[in-house]
Amino acid sequence: MEFDALLLSRIQFAFVIAFHIMFPAFTIGLAAFLAVCEGLWLKTGNEVFKRLYLHWVKIFALAFAMGVVSGVVMSYQFGTNWSLFSEITGSVIGPLLGYEVLTAFFLEATFLGVMLFGWNKVGRKLHFVATCAVAVGTTISAFWILSANSWMQTPDGFAIDPETGNFYATDWIKVIFNPSFPTRLVHMLLAAYITTAAVVMAAGAWQVINGRVTTPTRWQMRMAAGTLALLMPIQILAGHESGIVAHEYQPAKIAAAEGWCESAPVQGTMLLAWPADNECGHAGITIPGTSPYLFANAPKGEDLKGLDAFAPEDTPPLWLVFYSFRIMVAAGLVMLGIGVWGCFLWWRGGLDKKGLFHWLAVPSGALGFVAVITGWIVAEVGRQPYTVYGALRTVDSVSPVSTAQVATSLLVFMVTYAIIFTAGTVYMARIATRGFDDDPMGKPTRERRAPGSPLGAVDDPAETGEDIVAAD
Amino acid sequence: MALDLPLIWGFILAVGVFMYVLLDGFDLGIGMLTFVARSDEERNMMTATIEPVWDGNETWLIIGGGGLFAAFPTAYAIIMPAFYLPVLIMLAALIFRGVAFEFRHKAVRPTTQKFWNGAFFGGSAIAALSQGVMLGGMIQGINVEGGAFAGGAFDWLTPFSLLVGVSVIIGYLMLGACWLVLKTEGDLFLRARKWARAALAGVAIGFLAVSLATLAIDPSVGERWGFSMTNIDFARLLPLSPAPLAGMFFCAWLWRDLSMPTGQGDAPDWRPYLLAVGVFLSGYIGLGFSLYPYIVPFEFTIWEAAARDNSLAFMLVGAGIMLPIILLYTAYVYSLFWGKVKPGDGYHA
Ligand code: HDD
Ligand code: HEM
Ligand code: HEM
Repeated sequence: MEFDALLLSRIQFAFVIAFHIMFPAFTIGLAAFLAVCEGLWLKTGNEVFKRLYLHWVKIFALAFAMGVVSGVVMSYQFGTNWSLFSEITGSVIGPLLGYEVLTAFFLEATFLGVMLFGWNKVGRKLHFVATCAVAVGTTISAFWILSANSWMQTPDGFAIDPETGNFYATDWIKVIFNPSFPTRLVHMLLAAYITTAAVVMAAGAWQVINGRVTTPTRWQMRMAAGTLALLMPIQILAGHESGIVAHEYQPAKIAAAEGWCESAPVQGTMLLAWPADNECGHAGITIPGTSPYLFANAPKGEDLKGLDAFAPEDTPPLWLVFYSFRIMVAAGLVMLGIGVWGCFLWWRGGLDKKGLFHWLAVPSGALGFVAVITGWIVAEVGRQPYTVYGALRTVDSVSPVSTAQVATSLLVFMVTYAIIFTAGTVYMARIATRGFDDDPMGKPTRERRAPGSPLGAVDDPAETGEDIVAAD
Repeated sequence: MALDLPLIWGFILAVGVFMYVLLDGFDLGIGMLTFVARSDEERNMMTATIEPVWDGNETWLIIGGGGLFAAFPTAYAIIMPAFYLPVLIMLAALIFRGVAFEFRHKAVRPTTQKFWNGAFFGGSAIAALSQGVMLGGMIQGINVEGGAFAGGAFDWLTPFSLLVGVSVIIGYLMLGACWLVLKTEGDLFLRARKWARAALAGVAIGFLAVSLATLAIDPSVGERWGFSMTNIDFARLLPLSPAPLAGMFFCAWLWRDLSMPTGQGDAPDWRPYLLAVGVFLSGYIGLGFSLYPYIVPFEFTIWEAAARDNSLAFMLVGAGIMLPIILLYTAYVYSLFWGKVKPGDGYHA
């Protein structure tokens, strides 16, 4: 393997997008959570929801800022590192990104200002509208970007100009609603809600462990447990559906994800396997004969393609896809367990009594991110060696820039992201774990300071008297 | 009659970039001015004037990048690799100053506070510089062979591009100071007027220097304005002269407004910013005269670099509907936060 501009560009793209996606995954879910909280407050008048809102909106502001700055990087990456890809596919993908800017980015960015700074300037209803605008904006953003990405996975509705070799659209509806788009959109949006629920649960569990249980803590854990228990089963179905679509359009990806080495009419499910130099091998634990159930609508009487059915230069890196797939599924199953267990505790009244559950729920807060990133690795590395599946190879997509330049930019991004990731995580965790600083009986001991008010500025950890300076 | 879609998109993109300069310009300018803030309180006042709007402002930059990709993929595919390093520097700078908006308020220890204040100032300055340097690099032209960028990694780095970079910094300082005149009162307001005046003097010099250097650097630009080695073609120059003349006029008026003793005469606090925009607009239109109809200067015209007509038409529908709506709600949010910022106004969490 040679570290040329191509490989470095791939590493850089994978790094910056994996960094970026953590924040959308969290902010899409958190924006929806905030809209629900504010809506419930307006409807029921219960102060708990207002306090949940004012608490989580601070974390949202931090996560959103990191999402924005890392997103701006993405919209320039296509040109700096994948200029041939940009030129060839620009007439098809460009408009999808253009629509994202026009319909989503302006909406979320503009109303974010009202959401964060308008608490004392606009009425309650209008403030709620602003929160909803941001939440809707993040969802519309996911719609367009996933449409673009799905088109690269399962391109449709386009033709190739024989003169220039550039792609152009023949049917916009087919481009936007390409075959893998509906399942991918559902799977990703659910992933965002699940990721957020896992974080909210972890923050609540931490407060329980540290004896800082307040009414909002209880509510946030209940809401998170319910969300996880409700959405995770749907997510498994949605993921299953994604697998079926991928099997139909990208059989090599599924062969790699499932670890099918040889084509056969019936394939098993590999639970684990030992790596063998990117060569397909059989050492591992397999449940035989599962494919008729998992891939029930595959054409009858035909072999299910294994990796031997593809030329080596047309197959994705096997082990990365294989293990990422298993990590995603395992993370999902653990989060399902947390959700169901949490609901059980809620029912039995044990959700706010410190126990094993809370110690497990805290680290599980990271599992949503783990599943999102490994899921994208399955989807994107599984698409290799193509950028546009079956139509444009990754080697033919890269910019004519020097290896030294790409090495420089990769280094700069790594250092930059390491700094802001560390700082951002510390600041967010500080707010999340501090919890709701009132007495454990659930009665506020002092006036909460509203955002946008003069005293809002001092409502910071330093002033709560906790010893967090050491953590800085 | 068929619409000239590339021309329309060229215009939309030009307006988008100008909106960016006008809006994020004052953000970045204020970011740089925080360097001379006398106290934390003053620094917070300065950032409070932009906190509710900076994210929306920066979105116009995405229109610049995303719009170029969507409407002129060929130009995007040449310009981005050509400016690989300055784009990288700009992005890194914008990352630091973007998160600093939030992180400044979250840092507890004085050293980390200092770090994020520095990131805010430094990020703003470096972003402005790299934008100016790229503009300079565009004017001086890009080395293209066979439809792809064929130059070196540092082609963009010349005395000329640095001159443009410094001019853009000064220009943003002027916009930022004028925004402070609009949004603040008391001591900060008075000092902002001084800063704006100083920056205006710098802008006038920068304008002159860049214009002369541009004429020198590329004879074809000079020809467009009617200048050649030996004589001046007034038939060409006269129809174009309103742009530079308007620029001078706005400079003079702005100077007068900023020098007027406060409380006397009729110089409302919103006018300096508007006049500064006028100064920028005349320069921008002049630049348009110099470069039109090229999108990759002197290599690709907007028609040669445009995406397919059906893509442009598809997007025009969206832009036609969405841009007015965007402008409306942007104006609404600005009006919500209209008025002078009071001490302690501002941060939310
Ligand atoms: C599933 C959703 C999703 C995915 C796959 C991506 N993004 Fe993203 N992006 C968002 C969802 C999102 C968001 C939720 O809308 C963000 C995250 C936080 C935020 O501030 O907005 C955002 C921010 C964001 C911004 C800043 C917008 C602003 O100023 O508000 C840009 C320019 C991009 N993204 C561009 C991209 C590109 C070019 C991507 C692909 C390569 C990409 N994003 C992947
Ligand atoms: C947000 C979640 C995403 C993640 C985590 C992700 C992950 C990755 C990874 C790991 C690679 C490297 C694959 C390899 O080179 O082996 C990659 C490549 C790439 N992805 Fe994605 N991706 C995401 C979304 C997108 C979207 C939305 C688009 C386009 C609209 C996109 C376009 C590309 C392109 C152009 C490449 C570079 C060429 C290549 O190496 O295939 N990705 N991505
Ligand atoms: C537990 C059962 C799950 C199954 C069977 C499953 C299945 C799949 C499959 C087959 C893909 C590849 C789709 C393609 O490339 O076309 C995928 C991608 C992905 N998965 Fe999962 N998944 C599961 C759980 C999860 C969970 C819990 C999360 C996150 C919380 C998640 C997040 C993602 C993401 C972000 C992608 C990439 C986007 C996409 O292609 O849809 N998955 N999943």
